[in-house]
Amino acid sequence: MAERPEDLNLPNAVITRIIKEALPDGVNVSKEARRAISQAASVFVLYATSCANNFAMKAKRKTLNAGDVLAAMEEMEFERFLEPLREALEVYKKGQKGKKEVSEQKRKDKDKKTDSENDKSREEEEEEARMEEEPEADNEVEEEEVEN
Amino acid sequence: MKMSKRSPDKDDRTAASTKNISLPISRVRLIMKSSPDVCNINQDALFLTTKATHLALCSFNHGLGKESNSLSYSDLANTAEETETFHFLTDILPKKILARDYLKSLEEMQQEEEAADF
Repeated sequence: MAERPEDLNLPNAVITRIIKEALPDGVNVSKEARRAISQAASVFVLYATSCANNFAMKAKRKTLNAGDVLAAMEEMEFERFLEPLREALEVYKKGQKGKKEVSEQKRKDKDKKTDSENDKSREEEEEEARMEEEPEADNEVEEEEVEN
Repeated sequence: MKMSKRSPDKDDRTAASTKNISLPISRVRLIMKSSPDVCNINQDALFLTTKATHLALCSFNHGLGKESNSLSYSDLANTAEETETFHFLTDILPKKILARDYLKSLEEMQQEEEAADF
């Protein structure tokens, strides 16, 4: 197991946000309660993982998959989560597929360009790609210029 | 399945901005990996665990804080004990008792043992 348990906790800000979502407005949450919820979340993850892993091992697999996690939820008597989880997974998988297609398309376009153009244009084009991949760096540069 | 390795932060942020997820996937993966015997975790499994944790937290806190307008540790300990599906949390959310009550019950136990010895 890990040597530093605090690293296995979820960030406070995120926990606070989730608590705020679940509770009515203006409820005071003690520091102790917040820390306890954070620890409860970690314990949940561990319990679910251990349970899911049992299913994977039974099937002689070394990789946990979606089915294992869903089976774990049922085992843990959280059947009420199964439907929302399945729906969320569909949305997630579509999103992943879309992202993959977009980045594959970009790569294809890049390849086409570099094949047909000469060295000068290739330099310009590589700079463009760098700007695309690091929009934040660009923003920072712009801000500095504005201040100056 | 590989997530974009170049910018893991971007992926985490994307996950965070996705309507239904707010827990950082990388941290959840870290916790899952610390479990003994776990080798690999498929991307979908990681997503589902993150989402399930979110649902569990919402479910656990739901209905609390209404009467007293505050959420205390005791509320959580009570929920863990009273709700069957959250019994697994009773070890880390033990109910608190006053020290003097604990010492009193210790004394009583010792007295019972002594009586039994005779």
